[in-house]
Amino acid sequence: MSIQSEDVLKIAHLARLGIEEGQVESYASDLSNIMKLVEQMNEVDTSGIEPMAHPLDQSQRLRADVVSETNQREELQKNAPEIEDGLFLVPRVID
Amino acid sequence: MQWETVIGLEIHAQLATKSKIFSGASTAYGADANTQACAVDLALPGTLPVLNEQAVRFAVKFGLAIGAHIAPYSVFARKNYFYPDLPKGYQTSQFDKPIVGLGELDIVVDGKVKTIGVTRAHLEEDAGKSLHEDYQGMTGVDLNRAGTPLLEIVSEPDMRSAAEAIAYVKKLHTLVQYLGICDGNMQEGSFRCDVNVSVRPMGQEEFGTRAEIKNLNSFRFIEKAVAHEVERQIDVIESGGSVAQETRLYDANKDETRSMRSKEEANDYRYFPCPDLLPVEITAELLDEMQRELPELPEAKNQRFQTQYKLNGYDADVLTTQRAMADYYEAAVKSSGGETKLVANWVMGELSAGLNKENLAIEAAPVSAERLGGLVKRIADQTISGKIAKQVLELMWSSDDNADTVIEREGLKQISDTGALEKMIDELMAQNMLQVKQYRAGKTKMIGFFVGQLMKQTQGKANPQELNKLLQEKLKG
Amino acid sequence: MYNKSLKELSTSLRNKDFSSVELSQYFLNRIKRFDGELNSVITSNEKAALVAAVEADKRLQSGDGNLLTGIPLLHKDIFCTAGLRASCGSKMLDNFIAPYTATAVSKLEQVGVVMLGKTNMDEFAMGSSNETSFYGGVKNPWDLNTVPGGSSGGSAAAVAARLAPIASGTDTGGSIRQPAAFCGVTGIKPTYGRVSRYGMIAFASSLDQAGTFAKSAEDAAIMLQAMSGFDEKDSTSVDRPVDDLLANLGDSIKGLTVGLPKEFFTDDLDAGIREKVEEAIDTIKSAGANIKEISLPNINLSVPAYYVVAPAECSANLSRFDGVRYGYRCDSPKDLEDLYKRSRGEGFGDEVKRRIMIGAYVLSAGYYDAYYKKAQQVRRLIKNDFVEAFKEVDIIASATAPSVAFSAGEKKDDPVSMYLSDIFTIGVNLAGLPGMSVPCGFVDNKPVGMQLIGNYFAESRLLNVAHQYQQLTDWHLAVPTGFGEEA
Repeated sequence: MSIQSEDVLKIAHLARLGIEEGQVESYASDLSNIMKLVEQMNEVDTSGIEPMAHPLDQSQRLRADVVSETNQREELQKNAPEIEDGLFLVPRVID
Repeated sequence: MQWETVIGLEIHAQLATKSKIFSGASTAYGADANTQACAVDLALPGTLPVLNEQAVRFAVKFGLAIGAHIAPYSVFARKNYFYPDLPKGYQTSQFDKPIVGLGELDIVVDGKVKTIGVTRAHLEEDAGKSLHEDYQGMTGVDLNRAGTPLLEIVSEPDMRSAAEAIAYVKKLHTLVQYLGICDGNMQEGSFRCDVNVSVRPMGQEEFGTRAEIKNLNSFRFIEKAVAHEVERQIDVIESGGSVAQETRLYDANKDETRSMRSKEEANDYRYFPCPDLLPVEITAELLDEMQRELPELPEAKNQRFQTQYKLNGYDADVLTTQRAMADYYEAAVKSSGGETKLVANWVMGELSAGLNKENLAIEAAPVSAERLGGLVKRIADQTISGKIAKQVLELMWSSDDNADTVIEREGLKQISDTGALEKMIDELMAQNMLQVKQYRAGKTKMIGFFVGQLMKQTQGKANPQELNKLLQEKLKG
Repeated sequence: MYNKSLKELSTSLRNKDFSSVELSQYFLNRIKRFDGELNSVITSNEKAALVAAVEADKRLQSGDGNLLTGIPLLHKDIFCTAGLRASCGSKMLDNFIAPYTATAVSKLEQVGVVMLGKTNMDEFAMGSSNETSFYGGVKNPWDLNTVPGGSSGGSAAAVAARLAPIASGTDTGGSIRQPAAFCGVTGIKPTYGRVSRYGMIAFASSLDQAGTFAKSAEDAAIMLQAMSGFDEKDSTSVDRPVDDLLANLGDSIKGLTVGLPKEFFTDDLDAGIREKVEEAIDTIKSAGANIKEISLPNINLSVPAYYVVAPAECSANLSRFDGVRYGYRCDSPKDLEDLYKRSRGEGFGDEVKRRIMIGAYVLSAGYYDAYYKKAQQVRRLIKNDFVEAFKEVDIIASATAPSVAFSAGEKKDDPVSMYLSDIFTIGVNLAGLPGMSVPCGFVDNKPVGMQLIGNYFAESRLLNVAHQYQQLTDWHLAVPTGFGEEA
């Protein structure tokens, strides 16, 4: 599948990636080449094959319902770009 | 034109676990901002989810309670979108392999039973909260709620009126509390409703375009929002327009729904199985265990109350709506010595009034079921009258004393001693010959005067039945 | 000193020939002396390292600890290390100080290793040449004009240059094995789930696995032993006892069957590399092993399937980097969308952006079945091929990489040709098997690596074969010119 500039813009938006205008075409060409590689998968018939999401066939382990974490706000917010009153600040959100 | 309303509901029930669905942080409500958001909840790099066992057990219990198929393997998926209250940039939810499959629930509207299909119920994590108060013109993000386990219960579009929708929501609300899987607190957001509403000309097969109304946190709002939305959609269609498929927010202050701008953009959630979590296996052993742990469900309890306690349908309905209320009732009946009707009257009457006045839940009743039962027992054995009992209850409300202690201390024991009462009646008649004459002349209402006087004299402690009987005998002459 | 094995170093520490402080200082000095050119270490932990070394010396003095107590090492900068930057090679995390330590790292800390610093890597482990790092590329000590491979290029180059006896790495599609081959060191990636991923910054969760770089299979085994094991914080970690990886190193490999996948020995394979790998296989044969040709019919589809699975997972894994709670945030965002787009646009490099976009694309509405589901089905076919093969053979051998270290810049602008440098390693990650790379000679004075692939949880067997091979060869002891002097 050849990826066009408008596809690049669409997926860049989905992924919230700012892309410089001048780079859109080179992304389109790179991504098209990658998709061409990917499409080699079509060589093989996979009908009836169960998709595999994990390397090991195991089921989920369950954790006992115990509160093990206490307040670590100060420590965990040391990396935060902008905080006030313990809140992470972002540009105004409009619902 | 005649329009038919079609309603489907998505209910998010917050599961009553102590810790979050994928982390060991507390789920307690009302903590200071971000003090219950641990590294996993904040999606710090390198952190990983581990599933809470209790959340799984709760989901299974719910599924069993609505007779649903429980998936032997269910899968968590990532639902991708960006929002400040969603720290990972995806919500971990279940998509094509939910834990609970098709089930059903019966509702009663206008005396008629209707079966509502429950499409599915799946486990997912809640998001945090955006606070729009002014922080230098910015929005504040509190992630305490992020990662709280939710059971999203999706109905079929089987409801045809706001009344049916309310009946369904109430039914579910009662059920999840019975199961002990959700506290049902709508104000705190523990039980939230999204309503899908559409209209179609009566008789038409296919559904109209639906709008989803979010943020309905009370039964009343659901009713109002549905009514408003139905009217809006009919207006739109009748004036030649078409209903847009969109998300709308109910504004309780203005009693209207409005389009949510932020959700307008068609989302492409790019669901895929979460590689950090493995398939959740529900073994036959766990199913058995959950089946055994299943409490008596509301309908069964209601029926049993009617047969075992000889309650009428109304009383049984009221007493079984909340499991805590039903439990309270049964405990009180036991300690009252089996006064089923009298206890029902007291629980639904004086006790409920007292709780309402102080805005307390039955679990927080200042008078325990055992103490209330003890009080009713004294009414039944005529130690005190119903009227005095109200006085006793008031004193019990503000202390830990039981009924007997209060009756004894306050000297409220009923006077049933025939000899003593006769003596008082004789004295009173002697002092009020005129009234006696009037009575004997046929003015039988005059008996009220004597009752009143005697009650006054005994401070209400005279046994009213006994008193009446004696008075009638004596006044006849 | 720099070429001593862990056992030798440990014995010397216990004999008080030198202390852990002295040993740590020795390697810190080597880093200062040689790394200016290599750029393999991007964060120094000198101060804390010396404190840890003092502690280790106390433990040694009391006769406590094990073979790793007091041994200096380096960690790939993908691991969270409390109080120290964990950049993952990205501008996005240039200012990120991890508030906790990765389980694999803390398991090593518990036995008293001394972390000297953090190593350079491709940004978010996405790359095969270490050229996508925000901190600049790493030079291959064997030829400063070539790349060390990637993504764990810093760790591989550092061990090759003997800047530390051992180093950690991670391997999502060959990120330990390929740089180990390029740099002439021994590297092992264990079975998926053997080492905890908690605190290891995720690239592709179902493929990522931590492992080790060392001079020899024996050293790699010692380090891997300490890192491995169940972790309740990682749902994909396997709750199964860890084998004693040292117990069987000395076993004879007589009678063992080594499988050679015909798909990995085609005419396309570089003749020089083929010769070296075949020589190595002959050596193994001479030790008594049987050699058998096998087929992995779907292995050629591993790179295509990988470039769906890995980008899909990474596109979601990297969504958390949004400039809200930590990490890079753009200057004065004008609204929320601007905050997201510029923080991510400026914070991520080109290769990361490419992969995020591929991931978003293959998962987007209408494409899921054609790409994502298809890739997962191909993944199962590839796994089944290995499962079948291991019914006939004990171990699989091949070249680790289709070429020796290539020149810096050579493939930088051609993502697809870069991706194909992992053609022999990627299938192992898709299947979740253990794999390693062992030095087996030189072509044009550049190291060649032989890949060994084991069955699930057969790390001990893998290391046994590698160790036996290293008893018969000394390729692993070669030190690049210019790095052989004592500091």
